[in-house]
Amino acid sequence: MSASEMNRRSFLRGGVGAAGGLAAFAAAVSPLKDYDPSELSIGKFLQKHYKEMTKEEMEAALKRIADDVERRFEVRPHLRDVKPMDGVEFAYALDIGRCIGCRKCVHACVVENNQSRSPEIQYIRVLEMPKGAIDVEKSNHYYDHEKVPAPDKSYMPVQCHQCANPPCCKVCPVEATWKEPDGIVVIDYDWCIGCRYCEAACPYWARRFNFAEPGIPKDEINPDMAYLSNRPRHKGVMEKCHFCLHRTREGRMPACLEVCPVGARKFGNVLDPDSEVHHILKTKRIFILKKDVGTLPRFFYYFDDGYGDSRKGTGR
Amino acid sequence: MKQEAREYLRFLWRCFRISFVGDWRYYSWMLLLTGVALLGLNAYCHQLVDGLAVTGMTDQVSWGLYIANFTFLVGMAAAAVMLVIPVYIYKNEELHDLVVFGELLAVAAIFMCLAFVTVDLGRPDRFVHLLLRFNWPISMLTWDVIVLNGYLLLNMHICGYLIYCAYRKRKPSRIFYIPFVFIAIFWAVSIHTVTAFLYSGLGGRPFWNSAVIAPRFLASAFAAGPAFIILTLQIIRRYTFYKVTDEALKLLKGIVTVAMAINMFLLVCEVFTEFYTQSSHVVSAQYLFFGLHGHSALVPWIWTAVVLNTVALVILLLPFSRSLPFINLACIMLIVGIWIEKGMGLIIPAFIPSPLGELVEYHPTINETLVCLGIWAFGLLCYTIFVRITIPVLSGRLTYDHRYRMEPDSAGLPPRDPASDSSPAHP
Repeated sequence: MSASEMNRRSFLRGGVGAAGGLAAFAAAVSPLKDYDPSELSIGKFLQKHYKEMTKEEMEAALKRIADDVERRFEVRPHLRDVKPMDGVEFAYALDIGRCIGCRKCVHACVVENNQSRSPEIQYIRVLEMPKGAIDVEKSNHYYDHEKVPAPDKSYMPVQCHQCANPPCCKVCPVEATWKEPDGIVVIDYDWCIGCRYCEAACPYWARRFNFAEPGIPKDEINPDMAYLSNRPRHKGVMEKCHFCLHRTREGRMPACLEVCPVGARKFGNVLDPDSEVHHILKTKRIFILKKDVGTLPRFFYYFDDGYGDSRKGTGR
Repeated sequence: MKQEAREYLRFLWRCFRISFVGDWRYYSWMLLLTGVALLGLNAYCHQLVDGLAVTGMTDQVSWGLYIANFTFLVGMAAAAVMLVIPVYIYKNEELHDLVVFGELLAVAAIFMCLAFVTVDLGRPDRFVHLLLRFNWPISMLTWDVIVLNGYLLLNMHICGYLIYCAYRKRKPSRIFYIPFVFIAIFWAVSIHTVTAFLYSGLGGRPFWNSAVIAPRFLASAFAAGPAFIILTLQIIRRYTFYKVTDEALKLLKGIVTVAMAINMFLLVCEVFTEFYTQSSHVVSAQYLFFGLHGHSALVPWIWTAVVLNTVALVILLLPFSRSLPFINLACIMLIVGIWIEKGMGLIIPAFIPSPLGELVEYHPTINETLVCLGIWAFGLLCYTIFVRITIPVLSGRLTYDHRYRMEPDSAGLPPRDPASDSSPAHP
């Protein structure tokens, strides 16, 4: 075999190898042809972190998001960036003796906050427990009775506790989640990288991840939206309860509170001495879920047993 | 300067060329790895399109196989230091020519680590946000980004410099690598400590919220890493002309034994504290070791790991483990055992039950498993190429003035030179 023949053979072999390799690579990445290109727009890519956007940049971002919502759901949303009010710190109090476990709050929250119906995402989880001790380890999340409340059962709805010392914000590597001046812990859905470290850090299991693209029927979209609250999310980012900030920062009550048939939910500005939550925190017996983890929640459970004292209970 | 750059580019080109040269075994191995890596890439593309819903992860168990493998591989990367310390601090001669294989393993392992965290991200396209708004020093994840990439650069520099010096037939200048070697020793400890802090810093997860996590991580890493290197070195000496003495392997075996004994001791400490106290924090450990309310997916895994690790340690401690087949058996058992212990045994049970007491088990999907296998294949592919390049360069068969012959028949992975073989046990 001559030297030139050798060279030709090795050249051919190399060529065939390279072509085969390229073909195999192309086949491997072929699923990408189904990738939705709208998720990769330049405007989205260049959008800054919420806290770094100027007024004009926020306007542009809001327009871009509203266009995206209109394209996806054929509704022009009333989308805005609602800022916290001065001198306001929110707190939520839930009368644990009064809750009947009807889950109306869960469903009102889903509708209000444009949560995915398929796969299901819900911010509020109602735990059913045997009457007596409050022990989440003994709770049933999937109770399904004809009528509630079931005898010998008590109910405890759990949602984001908006901690004053939030472990979720501490662990986020990109500051996509932070505590606002009015105490609400928010998420910039356009900044979250989806590492789910916050979900691992949360002691209240309050965070939900969009494992798939959220599915919401077009006619069920709530067009009353804010940047940091209920605008529709995309897959791959975290979300959670934000005390309905698009309502509460404009003087309305959270959706879960409005729908509660027994009035077990109280919400307001804890700095205002005339507010109901202020009164409850001062005069009722309070229970803080998992007080031992030290995250200082703004979400309290209370017992309206008429004793009218202010001993603070502890426990898990 | 220009000349030097051109020479360096030629070096890279030759490295590229030589990674395609080998005998049929080399080609089969590389083809297999490439095939599996492409399968993994394909599975990852499916995940990019459909989201992380294609994995077995849920809101309850929000980290799974990806983070488990990541954790294990950080340990493998850190373990290179167990070759570096004997060589550079205790001036060990046996390991001197082998230390580079440990450092190359660290580079390959960090490649895999970075791949595993990337596939775990819901929005990898927003990777740049890490550079724009880095929550350092508060978030432990940012520390991990720094220490892992720093460790990668350190090891790439050390290996690259020494290999290139050998290629140019120059004596390496100590100032250019010794300081980095010593920094890398501390850095290796830091990568695994920071990764442990990632978990142990979470007050809401009592299973992780324990000070013993970091020491245990280090002990198990210093067992599994050198065990892997023991196996690799034997493959190298079996199929190449590179000299690896039995004494070097025995020394590594000693390191594995001590590290494994410490690891088992720490495990006992942890199990005792959990189960003797019987506080409400024990539920996750209860689920892991014995099952809870009829849910017991992890029980067979953890007991397999306990048995593998215990038997491996016993073999290593007994006198007959002086023979290599027993050492190899122990190494394989121990690598598998520690992999299970770190993945199925440490990451997943912390999520079960959920903080609200819900028992949701984790079952990895095929897609997710393929992605993991793909990353492992990619890592092994990288490591094989590194070794493929390093051996002829360090043994002086590929230098700037001596172009290694590229014909596979004569130069692929030639049979060992019997004259250079010092171990009669392995003809």
